[in-house]
Amino acid sequence: MTTPILEVRDLKVEYTTPAGPALAVAGVSFDLAPGEFLAIVGESGCGKSTLLYSIAELLTYPAQTVSGSVRFNGVELRSLPAEELRQHRWRDISVVMQSAMNALNPTLSIGAQLADACRAHTDWDDQQIAERSAHVLSMVSIDVAHLKSFPFQLSGGMRQRAMIAMALLLEPQLIIMDEPTSALDVVAQRSLMRQVENLRRELGFAVLFVTHDMSVVSHFSDRLAVMYAGEIVELGGTRDVFDHPRHPYSSGLMDAFPSLVGAPKELLGIPGNPPSLVNPPQGCLFAPRCPFATDECREFRPELITVNGRAVRCHLVNPRSAV
Amino acid sequence: MNPARRLGRALFVAWVFLRRDKKAMVGVIILFILLVISAFPSWFTPDDPAAYAYTPGIGLSWAHPLGTTSFGQDVFSQLMAGTRQSVMIALVVGFFCTVLSVAIGITAAYSGGIVDDSLSLFTDVVLVIPTFPLVIVIAAYLKGASFWTVAFVLVITGWSYGARQLRVQALSLRNRDYLLAARARGEASWYVICVELIPPMTSLIVANFLGAALYAIIAASGLQFVGLANVNTEAWGTMLYWAQNNEAFSAGLPLWALAPGIMIAIFGSALALLNYAFDEVSNPALRPVVATRKNKKRAVA
Amino acid sequence: MRYLVRRVGFLVIALWAALTLNFFIPRLMPGNPAESVIAQYHGRLGPGALKAIEAELGIGGHQNIIAAYFQYLGNSLSGHFGISTYYFPTPVVTVISRALPWSLGLVGISTVLGFLAGTALGAIAAWRRGRVFDNVLPPVFVIISAFPYFWVGLILIWLFSLTLNWLPTLGGYTETATPTLTWGFVGDILWHSVLPAFTILITAIGGWILTMRNNMITVVAEDYVKMARAKGLRSRRILWQYAGRNALLPNLTGFAMSLGFVISGAILVEYVFNYPGVGFLLLLAVNNEDYPLMQALFLLITVAVLIAIFVSDIATALLDPRTRNNR
Repeated sequence: MTTPILEVRDLKVEYTTPAGPALAVAGVSFDLAPGEFLAIVGESGCGKSTLLYSIAELLTYPAQTVSGSVRFNGVELRSLPAEELRQHRWRDISVVMQSAMNALNPTLSIGAQLADACRAHTDWDDQQIAERSAHVLSMVSIDVAHLKSFPFQLSGGMRQRAMIAMALLLEPQLIIMDEPTSALDVVAQRSLMRQVENLRRELGFAVLFVTHDMSVVSHFSDRLAVMYAGEIVELGGTRDVFDHPRHPYSSGLMDAFPSLVGAPKELLGIPGNPPSLVNPPQGCLFAPRCPFATDECREFRPELITVNGRAVRCHLVNPRSAV
Repeated sequence: MNPARRLGRALFVAWVFLRRDKKAMVGVIILFILLVISAFPSWFTPDDPAAYAYTPGIGLSWAHPLGTTSFGQDVFSQLMAGTRQSVMIALVVGFFCTVLSVAIGITAAYSGGIVDDSLSLFTDVVLVIPTFPLVIVIAAYLKGASFWTVAFVLVITGWSYGARQLRVQALSLRNRDYLLAARARGEASWYVICVELIPPMTSLIVANFLGAALYAIIAASGLQFVGLANVNTEAWGTMLYWAQNNEAFSAGLPLWALAPGIMIAIFGSALALLNYAFDEVSNPALRPVVATRKNKKRAVA
Repeated sequence: MRYLVRRVGFLVIALWAALTLNFFIPRLMPGNPAESVIAQYHGRLGPGALKAIEAELGIGGHQNIIAAYFQYLGNSLSGHFGISTYYFPTPVVTVISRALPWSLGLVGISTVLGFLAGTALGAIAAWRRGRVFDNVLPPVFVIISAFPYFWVGLILIWLFSLTLNWLPTLGGYTETATPTLTWGFVGDILWHSVLPAFTILITAIGGWILTMRNNMITVVAEDYVKMARAKGLRSRRILWQYAGRNALLPNLTGFAMSLGFVISGAILVEYVFNYPGVGFLLLLAVNNEDYPLMQALFLLITVAVLIAIFVSDIATALLDPRTRNNR
């Protein structure tokens, strides 16, 4: 077992709201191996993006990380002084955001924004920067001439690929992606995922990928984590979780997606709403909506327990008495 | 929800928010006090403001808390009496400017096309022409403008900034689904505008009113100060005019020159603070932030 | 480029509007001030010169109003503004050209300084949200910017000039000195300009600090600033190149629009300090019913504002690549 490049332990993130603190990430723990593709899925508001930005140390008021540990290659990121943290950025961990239109500075050219990152972390001269920039653009199939273009001059798909190119600039070990495909049509989505996969195979970086659409990652990720109300409720090999979901919420999610193969089946939703994060229920957070909930579920919060490579947070799957 | 309730709710939300905001409370209290004084000036004027009856040229004293002018008028009474003029001009100009801004800005945004283009051009041209020099020129030709003339001139020069702002916001709201739904229902245009479009813009409209009132008080007192308005009133700017012309500072009567200016400043500040608070209502990102140790360290990392 | 052409077109229309206003306002006022101008010249000019003045100002019942209007437009655009009645027989243009440098210096410099300083302070205030700088600065400046310019001037005079005797009270330079181009005289000028400049600066800066701060706060919340932080760029670079640059754009437009406001204040400041600039001249003309001078000054101030707007348009075009292409 190789040392994981990312170790997250009991991470908790709170939002300060007029009604009191809302626990958006309620104690998340997982490991990420070098070169591994971990997808985190969940509905809107489950805390997956917050989790991502907390790991990347990019949260701003009113969100703040209140406890937990994030170790990158053994180094605790949360206690690093600002300047040292800055050194790690982009060289070791880079970020791809959801909307490239919003994530790119409208008043600087693509080339300038690529050069920015280079100059902040290396002492390359202009020639080297130009070469590297041209190289990463070609890796995502963007014409080198676009170095002089401004973001508004590129199409949506091109902008997204430009962001990925930017993420690859310094050959990081980990790329964090926040729903990069959500703003694209289905065809562009698949094309982007294919490109990411090819690059990953070639360069060997790890990917932490957040999305609300499981079908996007189902063929690309190594492991799949399902998040609900700020907790990871299921974690395991992607195909495994897909074909045999064990947590009631995960199976509810799978049932909600139509399949191209097999007989047509009835699409079921999950009735109800996610719980309040300011005043969460005492027991399992999913119990109010769970068709199988028992009194024990409503009273005791389940732990995330790993059995045979599959982690599930459910009393029915991992009974308390058996622990 | 019926439109009156919706408007009421928007105002209520704003009120709750303002109550928590210290700056806004200060502004509201000041305005309230000034309104009371202007409604019932006789309660606050111990001496007859216009009478030249008192010993001229005294400073602070028990009989005359702010002293007297070189002509023997009581400064404090004048100050109180002048409140009405200033409050009136601010309210009147504020009101009419806002009405014009709303009418023109929203019509432009709602109509689109050539109506929008021409109204916008008109607005921008009026905006660009320097208002105070224009006001001076007009007042000069009129040889001493009365209250209503001054108000009229200020209104026709002051509406353009608000019209521009309101147009922008109305444009962003125009294509929202609920408006399209209203039009699809076959509602009359004016109904859509008054009932669906205006309530969400309430805080911007109020901010505009405050801005126009502020503009009015500053411009009006400027006019009074240079003697272009009727110099026989007790308006604050006019008091400053007489103080300046009689070299109040050199004559050892600083209060005569300071007091009216302070009143203008207080009134103006109250309006400006409220305006600032209303900005925060319509743009939540501007609301006060509490710095924690974490924020400070990480805010710029 | 098309953007700039459109803007020039707009400014030309605005200029035309100002000229038209200038022409029609006196004719709409009670008492027909246009005629009184002629009355003032009467007896001081021979009939030939009088006719020439009438033609220049477009006054005189012999022409119909449309023809007079076009003649007025032509004359104004070629710089013929008639003769000042107060400073008779000096032509208006000469009178103005004596006052212009004073205003350009005083108002121009303090406005530009105020804008630059205000923008920088506003950016820094927004960058340090939640800390003392941001919690104290904006409300203080909101209050100060509500003060009437001229009153602030009066107070400063009282404090620094009459009471403390540090700075002179009035004028552009010591009355008894003769204007010569020596360092001593230049120093005298600067000495006299400190208080008026400071008055303008202190009241105008508040507005710019506030708008820049508000823009910055909106911009800082944008994704590309978060992205810049993710890239590990140095804080200073993010502040200026990412946040500041984008926040400045709406501020530039605001600058042009607030210019009218600043000029109004500057007029009163010049009046209070008896500073021999264009504003002071305007009020002088008003008090002495020197209508030709007044009209020309109004036009001049308008043109100055239009030029400033154009300059800020050029700056916007330079800073914002989006304007260069589409709009």
